Amino acid sequence: MAVKQISVFLENKSGRLAAVTKLLGEKQVNIRALSIADTSDFGILRLIVNDPDKAHKALKEGGFTVSATDVLAVAVPDTPGGLAPALAVLEDAGVNIEYLYAFVAQRAGMAMVLFKVNDTERAAAALTKAGFSVPKPEEVYSV
Amino acid sequence: MWNPEIESMPREKLRELQLKRLKETVDLAYQNVPHYRQKFDQMGLKPQDVKSLDDLAHLPFTVKTDLRDHYPFGLFAAPLKDIVRVHASSGTTGKPIVVGYTREDISTWAEVMARTIGMVNTTFEDVVQVAYGYGLFTGGLGLHYGAEYMGATVVPMSGGNTKRQIMLMQDFGTTVLCCTPSYALYIAEVFAEIGVPRESLKLRAGLLGAEPWSDAMRREIEEKLKIDAVDIYGLSEVIGPGVASECLCKEGLHICEDHFIPEIIDPETGTVLPPGRPGELVFTTITKKGSPVLRYRTRDITLLIDVPCACGRTHIRMARVMGRSDDMLIIRGVNVFPSQIESVLLSISHTEPHYLIVVDREKALDTLEVWIEVSEDLFRDEIKGLEELERCIHNEIESVLGISVKVKLVEPKTIQRSEGKAKRVVDKRDLPKKQEG
Repeated sequence: MAVKQISVFLENKSGRLAAVTKLLGEKQVNIRALSIADTSDFGILRLIVNDPDKAHKALKEGGFTVSATDVLAVAVPDTPGGLAPALAVLEDAGVNIEYLYAFVAQRAGMAMVLFKVNDTERAAAALTKAGFSVPKPEEVYSV
Repeated sequence: MWNPEIESMPREKLRELQLKRLKETVDLAYQNVPHYRQKFDQMGLKPQDVKSLDDLAHLPFTVKTDLRDHYPFGLFAAPLKDIVRVHASSGTTGKPIVVGYTREDISTWAEVMARTIGMVNTTFEDVVQVAYGYGLFTGGLGLHYGAEYMGATVVPMSGGNTKRQIMLMQDFGTTVLCCTPSYALYIAEVFAEIGVPRESLKLRAGLLGAEPWSDAMRREIEEKLKIDAVDIYGLSEVIGPGVASECLCKEGLHICEDHFIPEIIDPETGTVLPPGRPGELVFTTITKKGSPVLRYRTRDITLLIDVPCACGRTHIRMARVMGRSDDMLIIRGVNVFPSQIESVLLSISHTEPHYLIVVDREKALDTLEVWIEVSEDLFRDEIKGLEELERCIHNEIESVLGISVKVKLVEPKTIQRSEGKAKRVVDKRDLPKKQEG
């Protein structure tokens, strides 16, 4: 149920993101989705990849500070207002969202939203009950 | 000259006075401070073994860790009821170094401070602005009591608040400024920035100390502020400022030898070196009653000048401090040991983090940055988690050091690894270079 996201600590200076993507490319790791949260001095790069364990190991060996975080993937209709009902479900279930990012899936007409929440299990149960598709991790890694 | 009788005393007479006082102090330390008695006993020494000034070289050294180990009052030679004031300075970790003053010590201090202030021909007609920090640090109150004792008009400003400092300097007609040399330069820059006409100031001299500086910096300060700038030296373990100060010849600092006996030693072997040879400065206090110290190793590297001075003072001079025989940094006049920062980082991360202390000078003011490599234990997947970590390190360091710091989280392997001992400090300031050997 939980999707493994790879988070990397990056200083806010030129070439750091390029270094990460180059390394992953060399290791044949495919990036499915990414987001960056940043301050003026540093940032956190968050990645969904086809092989999280391989990416984790490669980045760690490459000298980066890396961690794996459980996030929740939810498929929502790729139409105006598609995300809002999912957020309403989480709010009703009393789940706090730490952050989220989205990408358009290859699956026809759907967008994939990745949530970091304070209670992944409760969030997944509430969304499933409300009729949302919560894809298995393997499906997310291979979209 | 504040006290011509003493300051220009014939050396023979001065040595007699020193011997008499040294004997009294050794006796006091032996009788009243268990630490000294123990050391003497271990070495098979008795106070009466001190028969001449040369015998000083046989006495045990006192080091900063002795003061720390007897925190807070263990080295006091007077009961607390006779101690009228305490001051403190940075220890190497956590606890500060504490010194106590009896009423008599406070007057001794005022006397040596008046001599210091008198170096620039200050009299009761002068207005003396004290921009050293007041509080546990000895700078502010030391200068304050000396200037007041002399009868000058004291402006107890303490540090910072530069525009207000300048306003009062103009309005009160300040003639003598007391602060760190870097703060004097900063004041000069603010003068230029806000366009203070020099005619609006009566400033004529600066008593600058509490941090190392160079002759080049003196020239810059003198030119920009149009004053005589002299170097003053002291440390709280000995008394505070007032231990030594430059006369207007500006060729070394006269040591108040009737209160403090200096020695220069080889920091490796402890052997006493003759005048002219650089080494570690060691002081024995010979009049202090609260916290007397025998052969206190200052870790400051300098040399003694025993050639008579043109000013007529007979007390020996020390050259400007050339460096340190340990890793202490002086930042904005505050003593900082890398180990203090390290212990804060250890308490937060539970493992030894890779860190680097970067000291620089921006617009004449020292800046302190601490870089910390973000290891897996420290890493959080959320910005607020990392910002919280930054804030926590920042607040802890500030509360331990008492000066502001910028904390910077950096990627692993950013900080250079060197063979053997890790390089923990980068000091980019243009300070007098450390003398080797």
